[in-house]
Formats: sequence, structure tokens, C-alpha cells
Amino acid sequence: MKFVEIVKKTNIDFIGLRNKAFILSLVFVVLGCIGFVMVSLGKANLSVDFTGGTQLQVKFSEKISIGDLRGTLTESGLHDVQIQEISGTNEFLIKTKMSDAEKERAQDTIGKYIAANLKEKKFEIVGSNMVGSTVGRALKKDAIIALVIALVCIIIYIAWRFTFIFGIAATIATFHDVLTMLGIFYIFNMEMNILFITALMTIAGYSLTDTVVVFDRIRENMAKMKAKSDLASVINFSINEVLSRTLITSLTTAVTIGAILFLGGEVLFDFAFALFIGVLVGTYSSVFIASPLVFIWRRQLR
Amino acid sequence: MLKSLKFRFILVLIFLVISVIFCLPNVFEPQGTLKKYLPSDKIHLGLDLKGGMHLLLELDTVKLMQNMIDRKFGALKDAMIRDGVRFLALDKHDSTISVSVRAEQKEKLYNLIGKEFPDLKAGDSKTEGDTLRLSFLLPEKEIAGIKENAVRQALETIRNRIDQFGVTEPVIVQQGENQILVQLPGIKDPQRALELIGKTAQLEFKLVDEDNIMRFQGGSVPDGSEVLTMRARNRETGIYTTTPMLLKRQALLTGELLTDAKVKIGGEFNNEPYVAIEFDGEGARIFDKITAESVGKRLAIILDNTVYSAPVIKERISGGKASITGGFSMEEAKDLAIVLRAGALPAPVKVIQNITIGPTLGQDSIRKGVQAALLGGILVIFFMIYYYRFSGVIADIALFLNLLYLLGAFTALKATMTLPGIAGIILTMGMGVDSNVLIFERIREELRLGKTVRAAVDAGYAKAWVTIFDSHITTLITTFILFTFGTGPIKGFAVTLSIGVIINLFTAVFGSKAIFDWIIMKLKPRSLSI
Repeated sequence: MKFVEIVKKTNIDFIGLRNKAFILSLVFVVLGCIGFVMVSLGKANLSVDFTGGTQLQVKFSEKISIGDLRGTLTESGLHDVQIQEISGTNEFLIKTKMSDAEKERAQDTIGKYIAANLKEKKFEIVGSNMVGSTVGRALKKDAIIALVIALVCIIIYIAWRFTFIFGIAATIATFHDVLTMLGIFYIFNMEMNILFITALMTIAGYSLTDTVVVFDRIRENMAKMKAKSDLASVINFSINEVLSRTLITSLTTAVTIGAILFLGGEVLFDFAFALFIGVLVGTYSSVFIASPLVFIWRRQLR
Repeated sequence: MLKSLKFRFILVLIFLVISVIFCLPNVFEPQGTLKKYLPSDKIHLGLDLKGGMHLLLELDTVKLMQNMIDRKFGALKDAMIRDGVRFLALDKHDSTISVSVRAEQKEKLYNLIGKEFPDLKAGDSKTEGDTLRLSFLLPEKEIAGIKENAVRQALETIRNRIDQFGVTEPVIVQQGENQILVQLPGIKDPQRALELIGKTAQLEFKLVDEDNIMRFQGGSVPDGSEVLTMRARNRETGIYTTTPMLLKRQALLTGELLTDAKVKIGGEFNNEPYVAIEFDGEGARIFDKITAESVGKRLAIILDNTVYSAPVIKERISGGKASITGGFSMEEAKDLAIVLRAGALPAPVKVIQNITIGPTLGQDSIRKGVQAALLGGILVIFFMIYYYRFSGVIADIALFLNLLYLLGAFTALKATMTLPGIAGIILTMGMGVDSNVLIFERIREELRLGKTVRAAVDAGYAKAWVTIFDSHITTLITTFILFTFGTGPIKGFAVTLSIGVIINLFTAVFGSKAIFDWIIMKLKPRSLSI
């Protein structure tokens, strides 16, 4: 029988590549840790969902430079304002720490500033998001709690289905993915909002699925090939066996997410970008991090 | 095997029919007798897709308790004076009122409190010479009850206001201890809605303190009086001016006794809209008494501590009718009538979250999101057919079933579709593809080992099942936690993904296996296009 195949039968020595992979991942993880510290210190590009403040999406009827808009707003006394242009449109995202006062909404105040100084430009506020600072803090706390609880539950599940070592290795790989995404978002100064948290959780699940598939095969082959070969070749053999599945799944997922990334519009772009990175990293980590970790730990136990 | 196969097809079919029935209202409106038997709910679109306003309001419970204690304080003072309980000092702090009296007055004071203020509990007392300093406080339980009631009342009031304002499908629910979540889909004038909802609308009538006007001009405010600002609009320029005004502190009448408020135009008010209000029997009696006693004095009409007008009482007014003027626009007058009819909020509310999405932004994102999802889906469908040939078609059928079941379940559960929800659907489709890839790769392996088609398919499904089950359970754990701890959009994502994952276990494993078994049984193929 003939099959269409992306990869023929492979025989790659994944365990032998572990040190190179570990160095690469160390860079990712360190980056992620820096990102995490910065997020905790409030120095990263956090959305108003977490920091409190107001974010407006303003649409101008004609072209206007971001410098003019920024000048206008800083002249009006808004010093903490951040402006981002949505490329290809006449729209801008305006972000400030200001939140609604008793008498007036922040949105109206900003609208007034723009109207007063850019008289000839017509504009429309197409969307706004105001969050009080207490709500933001609560949300940040809840998000971190959810992430930690989810990971702990998953360790327990995997430890129960496999062994404790597998559970820990899978969790480390998952943390690695989450931290890498955080690091990349930090480096590119992309906004971390609720959707980003959703993406982190999704990727945590996706990466685990990937890891479980590989582990499943390792477990199966360990039982089958027990006396005959050493651990390294069992693991290598297993990864090679599931490699085509790993690649096809990543490819199809990446294609769908890629479609959202390029065609989904600006609302979904950051979310799709996070997922896209996550799928790549999640696939990489299940092969190059999770499995070698099991190998190292098992070998030391013997 | 035949029997079980039939059973499996029937099960798949039943689910299919149910899903299609629930999905129907989304694409066409049933007519006539059909209408009675078919469900009519469409998929609810979230604010991010439809546009609208999402507000999180927090009731100011500190202010609420302050008002409560203020009221008790005033009432106690009046009652002591009335009953001749002589006190040396009276003050309040947080939720405690302290009274200093001579020892012989103690009995009388306790009697008064026991009779008229049963909710005040006696706290600690101090003796200084022959003076007793007694404190009275509201017990914790009482405070909790007051807060709970206040939130419920605020919820009810806001619901009334929104109903009268006219918004379709509003969501008004309590969140946490003292927060109220309001969602107004498709709202045209968010600013006006916000003012309407956020207004405390505490209506009061107080006398202008004209006796002490000289002292006030000298800069001092006498005991028992207060200064509020009066708002007036210049008829020619339309500009509002504010002037301070000295008033008696005691409110003679409040909006609680109001029965109706209507917008009227004309008469002596220069054809400007004004709000005509009407009191109930008790209100009318009080109003009658005030006006009879104070002919020639000025009565201020105060809303949320701003004086709107302070006309001179020309004569005694019976019948309980009055009007509020203040140079309103038609819209302002209408909204004022609504808030007066719906009643006052028990305390001010603070807007702590306000997400407003214009309808164009919503439509734009739904169009782009759906387009992208469709394109991604089509690419995957073609890829599956290219890579797995005939088996790919079976996988695509399973995928299609998954989507249909998902939409059916979504409509039936009256869940709300949001942007993250659409992302959840796309992810579900991804997992559906993954399940089939896992199964097919396994079947290929078994075929390579030289097994027969039937044995390979059975072994492939059996072995892949373990993996698929594990991966789906881990995803379910994540979604469950997302649902428990997440808010708004995250919840929507979690709901879609969890429904999708459960359905996928059924369609990708059970559904596609039934098709394979049927083919193997009917055609008995020697080789498999996979």
C-alpha cells in the first residue's frame, strides 16, 4: 500500500541533540523570566484589563500622523498616553491610566482634547474599554491563580496516567512554552490582555496534548522493548514514530491560525500571533524538552 | 456487529437531526404550524460582535452606611429633644453614635432607644464623674443586611430605568458582593445611557435659609444649615452657571413618596420642557403642610445635592402636584422623569469598568473572523483529502458533524457567541483534525506491519483512543479551570472549547469508526485508501 507522506521513516537522534536544545531553551526561559518579572513590576505592555485605565479605538475620516495625535494629547496634559497606529487604516489605539471620574468619562475627556486641537479632522470613537484599577488588580491575580491551578491539576493527571517523572517533565515543558510566549511578547512589546491569557492557557493545553502523544508512545515502547534496547534508543524510536503525526497536526493547526493571523483583522491579530508562536514552541518542547528530561531523570535514577 | 453498527448510525443520526433542528432558526424563520414545534432561539452574539456597552458598577457601600448613620443620628437627636432627654454631647464615628448624658438621664435614653431604635445596639460606656458616655452601634449582621438589601434595590432600580429607556435584551446581574454588571447590546447613545443608569436620583425638598443669609454672606454657615450649588441655564446663551445657596439641612420631603413623573411642555415655563411630579397620599399631606406653613419662603428642589430651582411658595398647595424646572432639553427632561419614576439608588454607584464597542467594529470583526475561519477550514479539508485520500473524506465528514453538533448545542444551551468563542470553535476543529491524524497514522503503521484492513483499522482506533482520551482530558481540565476562574471573554472561550472537546470525542472516534466499519463490512476492501 502506498501513502502520501510528508516525512518518510526517519531516524533522528533527538536525545543526542538535547544539549543544543537545552541551551536554546535556556535563552527562551531566561527571556520569559525577565518578562515575568517586568510584568510583575508593571513595566511590560499590559492592557488596561490588568492595569486599570482607559483604552480607546479612534477612527479618523482622513489620514493623520501619529505624531500630530500624540502632540495634541500631550499638549492637553495627558502625559501617560500611549498611542498605537493600526496599520492600513486611519485608526489609532489610545491608552491612558486615566479612568472615569465622577462627573465625566475618560473617553469624553480625550474626545474633547482631540476635537479642540484637531478641529478640521473628523473622528469617531469606535470602541472603548475603561477598567477601574481594583478590577484590573483582581483580574491579574485571578489569571495567575487560574494558570497555576491548571498546571497543578495537569501534573496530577499525568502523574496518575503515567508516572511522576513524566508528569514533572510535561509540566516543565509546559512552563517553558508559557514563559517563551511571555518572553516573546515582552521583547516585541506587544500588548498582554485577556486574550493573551486565553492564548497562554490554550497553548498550555495544546503543548500538553503534544507531550502526552509522545509520552504515550514512549510508555508503549518501553513495555515492548524493555530488555532489548537502552532508554535513549527507545525514546528516539518513539519520537521518530510519531513524528509525522506531530508535524501534520502542527501544520494544520498553524494553517488555521495563520489564516486568522493574516485575515482575522486587528482585533484578533495579537491573539492569533500568540497562538501561532505557541504552536511552534509547543511542538518543539514536546520533542526536544519533555522527552530528553525524562531520559536524563530516568538515567540518574538507575 | 451489524446490530451495533446500526445502533451507532442511528445514534449519530439522532444527534444530527437534533442539531439541525436547533440550528434552523439561525438560517430561516419557520412559519405556520411548524413554528409551534420548532425552537426559535438564535445564537446570541456577544457585545464584542454586536456592539454595545458593558458596564461594571460598584455600589458605594461606605457612603451607604454613612447615609444610614447620618439619618439615625438626626432622628435620634430629634427624638431626644422631643422627649426631653437632656444630653451634653452627641457625635458619630463610623457606625457608632456616642451620647454623653448625666447619670439620671440614662434610663430615659435607654427606653427611647429600645422603643424607637431597636436596631441600634448598646456598645461600651464610660463614666467620667457624673457624666456617662454611652455608645450605640449598628451590629455587623444588621450592616450586612442593609448592604445586601441596598444592592438588591439598586439592581431593581437600574432594571426599571433600563426597561423604561428601552433596550432589547439587556443583562443586569449582581456580581460579587456589591457590584452590578450591566450589558446593553446595540445601544446607540452610550453616554446618555450611562448618565441614566449612574444617576443616584435622590430628590429632596428643603427650605432656603433666608434668615441667616447675612451671616452666610459674612462667610459662616450656621448650625442646621448647609450650602449646595444651584444650577441655572442662561436662556440666551445656553450656558450653565452655578451659584452657592444656603439651605436648611433638614429635608422636608423626598422622592420616596413620589408616584409619577412626566415630561410636560409649556405654560408659565416659556415652552421649555419640565417634569411634573405627583406624590402619594402621605406625600401630598406633607407637601400641603410645608406649603401652608411657609408661604412667602423659598422651597428648593434638589436632585443629587444640586439645586434645580428654588421658587417662592405663593400659596398653600394641596393635591400633591409639583413641577421641576431647570432649563432642561427635551432629552434631559425625559431621562429625569425616568429616573424619578424608577426611584433613587440607595447610594451612589461608581463605574469601575466600561467597555463600549461601536457597531461597526463589531461587524468588522465578525466578518473578518468568520472569513479567516472559513478559509482555514477549507485549507484543512483539502489537505486531509490530499493526504489521506478517501479516509480524509471520512475525517472531513466527522469534522462537519462536529461543527454542526457544536452549533446545535450552542444554540440549545443559549450560550453567547463571542470573539474568543469563535477562536474556541477553530481550536476544536484543530483538535478534531488531530484526533483523526492520530488514528490514521496508527492505521498506516498497522497496515505497514502487514495486517488486514479490518485488523489495522480496529487496532489503529484502539491504540489511538488511549492517546486521544488523555489529550482531551487534559484540555478539559484546562477549560474547566478557565471557566471557574476566568471572566467574560475567557468564560466564553472555555465554554465553546469544552463543549467542542466532548463532541469531538464522539464524532472523531465513534462517528468516523462507524463509517469505516460500514465500508469494511459492505465492500470488504483488500486495501484502504488512507
